[in-house]
Amino acid sequence: MSTEVAIVGIGMHEFGRTEGVTGMEQGVIAVRRACADAGVKWEDVQFAFGGSAAAGAADTMVSQLGLTGLQFINVANGCATGGSALFSAYNTIRSGVFDLGIAIGFDKHERGAFRVDTRGAGLGNWYGASGLALTTQFFGMKINRYMHEYGISHSTLGKVSEKAFRNGSMNPMAWRRKPISEQEALDSLMLSYPLTQYMFCSPGEGGVALILARADKAHLYTDKPIFLDAAVVRSRRFGSFEVLAPSIALEHNAGPTVDSSKAAFEMAGIGPEDIDIAQLQDTEAGAEVMHMAENGFCEHGEQEFMIQAGETEIGGKFPVNTDGGCLANGEPIGASGLRQVYENVLQLRGQAGARQVPNDPKVAYTHVYGAPGISGVTILSR
Amino acid sequence: MAQVPVTEGVFTWPSEAPQLIGSRCVACGNHMFPVQSGCPKCTGDKTEQVLLGRRGTLWTWTVQGFPPKAPPYAGDVDPKTFKAFGVGYVELPGQIKVEARLTEADPEKLKIGMEMEMVIVPLSTDASGNEVVTFAFAPVA
Repeated sequence: MSTEVAIVGIGMHEFGRTEGVTGMEQGVIAVRRACADAGVKWEDVQFAFGGSAAAGAADTMVSQLGLTGLQFINVANGCATGGSALFSAYNTIRSGVFDLGIAIGFDKHERGAFRVDTRGAGLGNWYGASGLALTTQFFGMKINRYMHEYGISHSTLGKVSEKAFRNGSMNPMAWRRKPISEQEALDSLMLSYPLTQYMFCSPGEGGVALILARADKAHLYTDKPIFLDAAVVRSRRFGSFEVLAPSIALEHNAGPTVDSSKAAFEMAGIGPEDIDIAQLQDTEAGAEVMHMAENGFCEHGEQEFMIQAGETEIGGKFPVNTDGGCLANGEPIGASGLRQVYENVLQLRGQAGARQVPNDPKVAYTHVYGAPGISGVTILSR
Repeated sequence: MAQVPVTEGVFTWPSEAPQLIGSRCVACGNHMFPVQSGCPKCTGDKTEQVLLGRRGTLWTWTVQGFPPKAPPYAGDVDPKTFKAFGVGYVELPGQIKVEARLTEADPEKLKIGMEMEMVIVPLSTDASGNEVVTFAFAPVA
């Protein structure tokens, strides 16, 4: 029997644009807030896993936090960097090596669409030179095909954006806090058909830290421990359709989201019907729609009715992206996956303020997806 | 003005009827593009070079509506003169789906399932004054 794991402290630096504060410093602030939340001192933390995509090596932050000699391992795994840090911290405690540790993610990106390093991504220079190395194109093409196959409307994409910005307006840590209407989302600049400016998240900044402990010692730090029932990361299999792919196979295979979701449910010993609230990767509005089905929460095509009926709103049957998701918070790659977990901890503790879901949630789900075809899922419960 | 390909080894050039250059797995017959030495389907490590078909059907598409960042993009990035371009995956029967620029950028004229044919299009002008060309797919009239 392996050791159970609880999240006993959470900390976040505001997402968005913070001039004059480096990504690393935002990570440090998140760590200090997480320590304060758990009532632990930095010198009590036995190990750390941390990472960023564009804001430096996480382990160098010990020079600001204190040189305690702890085991600090850097994690670099694209959009699943935060999820991979959490996975690693989770298993370090489960294995019995340490009792108390921290997972950290932070980032700070330049403005505009991500600049893809074609060589670093294992692609030829011709690919970027020819105008194909844009992650935004993949998202446009995936949802365009999906709309064609399953009858998802442009209006539904607009409604996803409307919900995200409304939820963001209730989140003091969010970047975008001004509500917009479905029509404003549909009418904004067309970036990559059928996706408009307000249907895409923007690369941004922010930091999140989560303190994990052996579940049987969680009461030392908090009276509201949140248990980590599953943490899974999966890469793509042959035949899946992924970002930054010069070609795809003729035969179709489900992507890494489906695999990581199934594995997480098996690990937790529950099913999609047991989940009360979910944070799903919404790089753009269509991604949230497709990920609802890929994670097993509905059949392909059912999202059209669910979203039009308001089922994924904070007060709906199945609230999705209650903190405004990537659309309202932006995408600091290293921090994004941990932001989702942070939000679920708040919701499960009943501390989400104006955006607290009213269904008394007991089990919560997070999902990230990113290049080059990777996905991470967690399941939390109280 | 001389024309030079954006890279060697991705499409046949010069050629009256240019084709993409891919690989085929010797063990399982799986097609790959661009050329690679190992097979992602069967994990085999022997592949042979193969020319891909010039015609296929449009599997999905989008329109690149804003200038990509340069680098890596080699084409026009001036917001005043930038022209949106189509991007899609074209399904080549019996082989593979390849990603490419499309010569059509009007959402009203792009339809999933339409017939497409490979062409060569200008991309930029290099330091020596040569026209740099890349591959694209055009709707079959």
